[in-house]
Amino acid sequence: MKILGMDSSGLVASVAIMEDNVLLAEYTTDYKKTHSQTLLPMLDELKNMIELDMSTIDAIAIAAGPGSFTGLRIGSATAKGLGLALKKPLIEVPTLEGLAWNLWGSDRLICPIMDARRGQVYTGVYEFVAEQETFVMKAVMEQDACDIKALIEKLNAMGRPVIFLGDGVPVYQNLIRDLLQVSFSFAPAGNNRQRAASVAALGAVYFAQGKVVDARDHQPEYLRKSQAEQEQDEKVKAAESAQ
Amino acid sequence: MKQADDVLILAIESSCDETAAAVVKNGREILSNEIYTQIALHTQFGGVVPEIASRKHIEKINQVIEKALEDAEVTLQDIDGIAVTYGPGLVGALLVGVAEAKAISFATGIPLVGVHHISGHISANYIEHPDLEPPFVCLVASGGHSHLVVVKDYGEYEIIGRTRDDAAGEAFDKVARAIGLGYPGGPKIDKLAKEGNPDAISFPRAKVAENEYDFSFSGLKSAVLNYLNSCQMKGEEVNQADVAASFQKAVIDVLVEHSLHAVKAFGFNKFAIAGGVASNSSLRAAFEKECAKRKITFYHPSPIYCTDNAAMIGVAGYYEYQKGVRHGYDLNAVPNLQL
Repeated sequence: MKILGMDSSGLVASVAIMEDNVLLAEYTTDYKKTHSQTLLPMLDELKNMIELDMSTIDAIAIAAGPGSFTGLRIGSATAKGLGLALKKPLIEVPTLEGLAWNLWGSDRLICPIMDARRGQVYTGVYEFVAEQETFVMKAVMEQDACDIKALIEKLNAMGRPVIFLGDGVPVYQNLIRDLLQVSFSFAPAGNNRQRAASVAALGAVYFAQGKVVDARDHQPEYLRKSQAEQEQDEKVKAAESAQ
Repeated sequence: MKQADDVLILAIESSCDETAAAVVKNGREILSNEIYTQIALHTQFGGVVPEIASRKHIEKINQVIEKALEDAEVTLQDIDGIAVTYGPGLVGALLVGVAEAKAISFATGIPLVGVHHISGHISANYIEHPDLEPPFVCLVASGGHSHLVVVKDYGEYEIIGRTRDDAAGEAFDKVARAIGLGYPGGPKIDKLAKEGNPDAISFPRAKVAENEYDFSFSGLKSAVLNYLNSCQMKGEEVNQADVAASFQKAVIDVLVEHSLHAVKAFGFNKFAIAGGVASNSSLRAAFEKECAKRKITFYHPSPIYCTDNAAMIGVAGYYEYQKGVRHGYDLNAVPNLQL
């Protein structure tokens, strides 16, 4: 059982190959180049390094959103092209769940935050529940776009210690320090950004549950409409309230 | 059916608001040409919304490619090269096709060939004219481009004239909006102009001082807007059909004059048109007539190959492929790619 994991939802580009319970290779960069120039060349290097025959891949796990719209689409189009050519299914791993998986087994709440601009973050709140010989990750709050202050209020209401990670941390850490009333910590480098190994590992869990899609049916979960649609919605709303 | 020495190109195009794929045999024979057009989706916004276009591309791209392969009755194993538009165009839209093409190339080992969108439009002329070979002069006119090009060889171009401001198609869209026809402006003005008098209103034909082959359409657009304003001020009713016909005539006069002047000046006797505006019926008729008068052979693609499509990318891609052009997995979308 071989899974290719990919994440290009944020500044990080990451690819990984996992076979059963072994991570064969992972390649992650956090550099200014566009994903169009990093993602596939990285996969190519990784393939050559471990002499991988692409036709032996069983499924492609992709960080399926939210994230940068363009970044998501580069990852999605890459996954869809691979799926089409290899005739293999895709596994859509919600980006925030993939991030939370980096801190597998923690007894604290896990709160990945991605900077979504305009005072908002893409976020979710997760916990790991012990089961026989393993943990099951559960969503305390499903992933969504929300105001950072609203998130902090929710975490205060939950009243449990929390670990933050993601590219929203450098943007909002001072606000968190000012407003958060529960004990908190920030994850260290190596665990605090997107990792394709986590996408692949959580992808394997989804695969076992039969949660796969045909490559043709996959599209990213943006969690936000386009600017033009948002403005149109606001116009409609304004017209309705004026009546 | 594929013979041993046939070369099959799978082509992908997603530079604006059409998601398209095609299979082309030996550079001239179109085995399939699949287009998913998003026009209806963008009409409500009065023009193409890049983010919406990009989202639609990702939603439809696999279906479109699969349909193109199916219609051509081939599989990826029969394909010799994958051609993809990598510019110019909307960057987010281009990236979908580029990432998809690269991934298919990577997974199968089929060579990747990046194609210039305008090279594709020009090459659309080869599809239905087996006798057409370079060199010749080509006018490329669409919503985003107005280029007068000397086609020196397959894939080798010299731009001798270009627009200084609005593209010809852009002027059609803006004027269509001003007289209340909506988007897309080209076909709507073309239709309405048939009921109007092209000599009813005298709109300016702009000349560009430094280069006799360059175009300028923003002055014409302003003249139309000024005319509409002054009618409104005076309380006169506007005859939409006359405005459409007179505006269209002004655009066509300039395109015809500059183009055919260049054909003669550069010593050619072949002339072709390409791009969305090339499907305008009055434009075709005008070139038809003037070329006959000047003993120039006139070529134009059918409307289906004038609009954005992947068949034309497959044709251009075939000639690049034969020249040995190959692109790597780091091929990027280039929104302002030069010809």
